[in-house]
Amino acid sequence: MSIYFVNKFLYTIDRSPEWVAAYKNDPRGSVDRWEEEVGQWLQPAERTTWLSFTPDEREALATHDYVWLFEHGAHFFLNLTLFIALYDEEYAERSGPLSFQREMADKLSPWLGQEYPSVGL
Amino acid sequence: MAELTAVLASTHHPFYYKATTSPEEQRPPYAGAWQRKVEAYRATLTAAEPDILVMVGADHFHQLWLDNYPQFLIGQQEVYDATFYNEEREFGIPTFRLDGEVEFSRFMHRELMGADFDFAVSHELKIDHSIICPIITVRPDADLPIVPIYTNIFVPPLPSPKRFYDLGRAIRRVIDAYPTDKKVAAIGTGHLSLELGGPRQFGEHGPDPLFDAAAIEWLSTGNAETILANVTHETMSQAGNATHGFMDLLLMMGIAGEGEHADYVDQLDLFHTREMYMTWYPNRNQQQKEAAERAARVSGASLGPIYAHDPVWDQFREGATA
Repeated sequence: MSIYFVNKFLYTIDRSPEWVAAYKNDPRGSVDRWEEEVGQWLQPAERTTWLSFTPDEREALATHDYVWLFEHGAHFFLNLTLFIALYDEEYAERSGPLSFQREMADKLSPWLGQEYPSVGL
Repeated sequence: MAELTAVLASTHHPFYYKATTSPEEQRPPYAGAWQRKVEAYRATLTAAEPDILVMVGADHFHQLWLDNYPQFLIGQQEVYDATFYNEEREFGIPTFRLDGEVEFSRFMHRELMGADFDFAVSHELKIDHSIICPIITVRPDADLPIVPIYTNIFVPPLPSPKRFYDLGRAIRRVIDAYPTDKKVAAIGTGHLSLELGGPRQFGEHGPDPLFDAAAIEWLSTGNAETILANVTHETMSQAGNATHGFMDLLLMMGIAGEGEHADYVDQLDLFHTREMYMTWYPNRNQQQKEAAERAARVSGASLGPIYAHDPVWDQFREGATA
């Protein structure tokens, strides 16, 4: 279970303009580089030795698969905010304000009326 | 002792700043009505003539994070920077520097600890939009010192609704006991029913308008008993996955007091979420009464509770065709 690590990815990418740009342009390469440069570090001189992604988590992040992330307990706020950063502008230009957010809701619509996956760890 | 001159409980909406400051042709169609209501609400705070603001919000994973997430936290600083990069990026909210009221923070922390609320403390807290949104809406000059209090509405397991309410009661006692001749206003923001990052987000209305109807009645009548009997983490989830911000509104109702009717109650159906603007005057004077009346004439607010049987909610009841 490494959904904490997935959340750490979403959280640390979202707070850095450089990482947002990198993750937009090269998601797969960014996931690998992030593990080396950010993910395994607690503090600049303190390495966390035991955190890693499962293959499915790595693939979901490498393919911007926010539906999979929602379904496996990534925190809804992080999952929304980062993918807005990646897609809102181009969707809004093409299809109007909030069109990305509405597409996200549509893709998650099989969950309507059901209990959502917990974001508790 | 300090005089608590107003308690404000409102939703916070990070889109407000951009919607109302963009060039006219870029403003969304609802911006004008929204701005009228917000500026009317602002007058209810102005009439309270506060010197210090006790502000309640919740960090949205801007500074506080899952490696160490507190249930309740107070800031204790001379100065607070505000607005994170990703809030500027997503919402266009400007940065601020707010003065702090260190002695009051220290007093608040010590007294709440003494009342068995084990607060974390920060000496390098940066303020996010849960506190900056109400600064923008009700005190845009950002000219008053603040005592910021953060709660956990985000990282399960959350404190219970009762714990939020009891914390509000305790904060009221601390404000009333603080040795100063200054006037204090307490301002807290949260949410009614709200969905973020789920299938009900950004719909035509908020995810659960009838929850909103009940919530506004309960809050505006100070009905703690009914809230605590009906609102659980599970029922809030059913109303929308981010509805737990309602507990910060409940906390503010706790500051106002059980059974206390609000003096100004307004709401706005802002497509994907419902806005709510509520003010209590604990010792209402003539100036405040008249200010609320003037504001209500502009906004259409109620000068007392809005009940769930109000016709405004009829369109959402079962069988409604609207």
